[in-house]
Amino acid sequence: MGADMSPSLVTLRAVSKTFQTGTRALDNLNLDVRLGEFLTLLGPSGCGKSTALRIIAGLMAPMSGQVEWGCVKPELGFVFQDPTLMPWASVEDNIWLPLRLRGQSKAQARKRIDEALALVGLSRFGGAFPRELSGGMKMRVSIARALVTRPAILLLDEPFAALDEITRFRLNDDLLALQKELAATIVFVTHSVFESVYLSSRICVFSNRPGRVMQEIVVDAPTRGSDFRASALFGQTCQQASAALERAYGLEGTT
Amino acid sequence: MKRLFEKLAPWLLFAAAIGAWEITVRVREIAPYILPAPSVIAATAISDWSLLWAALLVTLRTTFLALLMASFGGLALALLFARWRWVERSLFPFAVVLQVTPIIAIAPLLLVYLETDAAVLTCAFIVAFFPVLSNSVLGLRSVDRNLIELYELYGASRWQQLRLLRLPAALPYFLGGLRIGGGLALIGAIVAEIAAGSAGKGAGLAFRIIEAAYRLNVPRMFAALALISLTGIAIYLTFSLMSRLLLARWHESEI
Repeated sequence: MGADMSPSLVTLRAVSKTFQTGTRALDNLNLDVRLGEFLTLLGPSGCGKSTALRIIAGLMAPMSGQVEWGCVKPELGFVFQDPTLMPWASVEDNIWLPLRLRGQSKAQARKRIDEALALVGLSRFGGAFPRELSGGMKMRVSIARALVTRPAILLLDEPFAALDEITRFRLNDDLLALQKELAATIVFVTHSVFESVYLSSRICVFSNRPGRVMQEIVVDAPTRGSDFRASALFGQTCQQASAALERAYGLEGTT
Repeated sequence: MKRLFEKLAPWLLFAAAIGAWEITVRVREIAPYILPAPSVIAATAISDWSLLWAALLVTLRTTFLALLMASFGGLALALLFARWRWVERSLFPFAVVLQVTPIIAIAPLLLVYLETDAAVLTCAFIVAFFPVLSNSVLGLRSVDRNLIELYELYGASRWQQLRLLRLPAALPYFLGGLRIGGGLALIGAIVAEIAAGSAGKGAGLAFRIIEAAYRLNVPRMFAALALISLTGIAIYLTFSLMSRLLLARWHESEI
């Protein structure tokens, strides 16, 4: 493994996390996020992959171990499992929020807001309110909000889990197009094998709780799309990931 | 045709009830000091208008002043409660004691300690205060966890979090508290006026009822009573309208 020799953006070294309830979410996790890659953390639900993402985001501190950023901590975008929009604010005001919290007026943020809206294809919906939008559109707003600060790294925590399949496929393609356009690094959490193989350049399969990286799978496909979904490589990689995931489930109770 | 009838049904029923009342009184020749006919009550309301209007203004003033104090006081205390648990644990019992002790039993004591006006105002304030307080606390606590994390991620200050997140999120609850508090403030004012029994220029509607009872002026009692009901309805409708205007575009309760 490790054919990709891009420099590290962030490295987790021996990170462990136990919650106040006594649940051991992560145990001695080592994880390397490389510049420009699309990394997916794949694992059973409750295996600590979301916790790892939160620790990278700085939303949570590890109990032991280190989070080391390549140089300075870059601009960071986070997308939650739910759209997490403010229902009382219009779509543009929701997207404005990250810049607003840094003291930018709406006029100053205007260009960035429009840019982010255009990136997710919602230019006409700036004035709408969240409840007027479909689930997929709300998720797009949530992604636009994460993009408005032009992050170097985008963290997504099972963002499409609650959406129907068609919407999900479309958002997957959009996400890939976005990554290409922005040249951002993406860390994506999911429990869907197909989604992980379709999107990622690299997959880290997590073991059951407490989470560690059990297996690393590199997906070496230059282009994505319906062709890729029908290709032999896609099928093989899915099988490989499924087998790893099954072993992850199989470890249940032994630790 | 059927739809029209369904729309008019409540009004028709109301008119029928008033009509039945009128006819019963006339046919049975019931004396006005036992049960006045609606027409007599209406005539009394018109002939005694200057007296009743002045009394209504006094009661209204008490109600709205009390409600204003309850809104600011309730919200301010709710902010302290939401910020520091120990403040809530220390002070909430006092609020509960005030709430569960019937205001009619507290009123005589307040009348001993305070000027009549102040005592009446205090009674109305006490009953209006609690719903505003408890609803606001609930609202301030019901903020989406993920939104709080999002604010933290972008380094929001406490003030930004309060102004842009907690207060808007609590608004529907606060307005609900206000709607209940509005009706209760009127009841509190009336109860305290009855306990005070104060005559003269500063006499409110409740006193006019007692006074009319002593004189066996039953039509005026009914006229004053009708005025109190109408006031209560008006207060309720005002706050319902306010909540509709403020929440129409985003909150589930107003869709």
